[in-house]
Amino acid sequence: MRDVAIVSFAQSNAESEIRSEVEILQPVAAEAVAKSGLARNEIEFTCSGSSDWLQGQPFAFVMALDAVGSWPPIVESHVEQDGAWALYEAWVKIQTGEVESALIYAFGKTSPGDIAQVQALQLDPYCVTPLWPDLDSLSAIQARACIDAGVVSERQMAEVAARALAAGRDNPHAVRKEAAAVDALLARPYRVTPLRDHDCPANSDGATAMVIVAGDRARQLCERPVWIRGIDHRIDPPALGVRDLTRIPSAALCAEKAGASRDKLDFAEVTAPYSHQEILLRRELGLGSDALVNPSGGSLAAHTLMSCGLNRIGDAAMRIAAGKGDRALAHAGQGPCLQQNLVVVLEGE
Amino acid sequence: MAERCAVIGVGQTKYDAKRIDVSMPGLLREAALRALEDAELTWSDIDAVVIGKAPDTFEGMMYPENYLADGLGATGKPLLRVHTAGSVGGSTANVAASLVQAGIHDRVLTVSWEKQSESNAMWGLTLSPPFSVAVVAGAGGFFAPLVRTYMHRSKAPEDTGILVALKDRRNALKNPYAHLQMPDVTYEAIRDSFMLWDPIRYLESCPSSDGACAMVLAKEALAERTPRKPAWVMATSMRSEPVQFAKRDAVNPMAGRLAAKDLYSKAGIKDPRKEIDCIECYVPFSWFEPMWMETMGFADEGEGWKLTHDGTTALDGARPVNMSGGVLSSNPIGASGMCRYAEAANQVRGEAGEHQVDGAKVALGHAYGGGSQYFAMALFGSAKP
Repeated sequence: MRDVAIVSFAQSNAESEIRSEVEILQPVAAEAVAKSGLARNEIEFTCSGSSDWLQGQPFAFVMALDAVGSWPPIVESHVEQDGAWALYEAWVKIQTGEVESALIYAFGKTSPGDIAQVQALQLDPYCVTPLWPDLDSLSAIQARACIDAGVVSERQMAEVAARALAAGRDNPHAVRKEAAAVDALLARPYRVTPLRDHDCPANSDGATAMVIVAGDRARQLCERPVWIRGIDHRIDPPALGVRDLTRIPSAALCAEKAGASRDKLDFAEVTAPYSHQEILLRRELGLGSDALVNPSGGSLAAHTLMSCGLNRIGDAAMRIAAGKGDRALAHAGQGPCLQQNLVVVLEGE
Repeated sequence: MAERCAVIGVGQTKYDAKRIDVSMPGLLREAALRALEDAELTWSDIDAVVIGKAPDTFEGMMYPENYLADGLGATGKPLLRVHTAGSVGGSTANVAASLVQAGIHDRVLTVSWEKQSESNAMWGLTLSPPFSVAVVAGAGGFFAPLVRTYMHRSKAPEDTGILVALKDRRNALKNPYAHLQMPDVTYEAIRDSFMLWDPIRYLESCPSSDGACAMVLAKEALAERTPRKPAWVMATSMRSEPVQFAKRDAVNPMAGRLAAKDLYSKAGIKDPRKEIDCIECYVPFSWFEPMWMETMGFADEGEGWKLTHDGTTALDGARPVNMSGGVLSSNPIGASGMCRYAEAANQVRGEAGEHQVDGAKVALGHAYGGGSQYFAMALFGSAKP
């Protein structure tokens, strides 16, 4: 495989945006391009992730072409998934040898709609969606199954949340930030038992952009390129009754295929919209209970649907670029109870 | 590119207005199983699945790959979902091919579909979005002014669109999968059909279809051992441009011209008019045939209509276009681009049945989408490139 590095990354920061998706995205994409050291028209491929449902119109991603620059016409593709999968497609494109650089972006704006209702549309459309179960409730079923199986406890979940909220205080992009003791969190009311507000994603609006470049060109462009040493994505079956909700086999499989365990990991950034999922992911991804996970605060501090996975990868890359670690795992997950997962193994030059 | 890639299996559903005999996974499996049977493979032979469809509002689903994962045999495998507007059927296949070309996977299944009867495409297209003006005219209302501009520029005879429709509707009679089967269709019937979006008549328009199309792609070593003849992927190309700005020519879009140029250059084609035997391109409204002939370099600007009038694009013509009956005869939107690829691939495999072009060695598959701004193309060859 060709060596490919993340050379720049940018993200917006806001909980609830008045601006349109195109307006949110434009400065973020411009920042990522500027930081890459490449001119916009030198970047050979463009790939994005978004969901029409959030904008409430078909072909919603088409408007984003105006924000990222597409004249003269560009070589471009789009996945209706988290931007992490757009990164995967771009990485594949570089592996074909056709291009050596790519701009990846993702955006999501959940504040104008009813996100609980929208997300119910990702379930079985004939038998489950008509019941309109929201993701908080489905995740609560998963959390309950994990508690009953002795895999997690409510105290451990509160510990995850306390760390995330504290980490959010150091993250300018976080929308939920607080110094809270575990006992104080446990004293708060439930949203959907056994989940409290702080166990659930901190929904926010925003956009993310990243530039990746192959080989020596990446070395010329930046001081410390962050190399993608492995990347893989896998999916589990959809029916919640079929799955053992205390396990996420597709996450474990991605970590194995991406070669996560080949060397020591300094830290990990994972997409765990619900606190118990961070604990499940630690086990599935082979991260020890003492491993540093989500120094960014993760989804409990800021959760921008469609870009949160790409955010975790970008956050991990920027931490390595800043010298705060040499090797890290970054994870993206989507679907009810983390049905679909993607793992990237990153290493600093 | 590092690895050669070939289409080793093709499968399509019967296209129809309402496939209420199958669920969504049932529809996709119908196409996928036919592609696997064509390649004499089973689900376990597949390393990864790439799916594509047009807007999720057309079925009322979000992340349809979640629900379809086990139906497509993708449990524990990579499942990618592409969406590039109407060109998606083509770009999905391009992405699937890139997984093989990059040397990441040996065999990839790609499936695209639309089940318009699950929801209502007109509703899906006429939502009132925040911050934007709703297009309340459907696709025809958007494209009619482009057709009118083409007619004005090219001075093409007014009945060019009628002749294209007549040809494609007759070709469809040879294709058992085609949605519209109109054995009694005549020039007069098309001419006298009502004006939908002036100058586009009802019978010059595509139908709304349910349907799915699937292909199995494999690396060189496996393609050489496949039971039926493979269609080698000579090249793929994609280009996109913005919807609206003053410099843009939406009638003969720069993105379409560049994608074709890139495709020929990658495939080593010097003169597409001499080296390409047949073309299956995305013509949802009949006038787009002459328009795309010019964009892709098969005619000089303003002269694409001549290929229709002199019979070049007929099934028995010098360079047939839309041998399957095209989008005018079946339009499962998200699959329509892949249906074009499937027909092009089958032509060079010699597997196109009654609509086979004798001796087809190089065939072009083309898809476009958005406001004539997204283009995906592929060239298939009977000989290893």
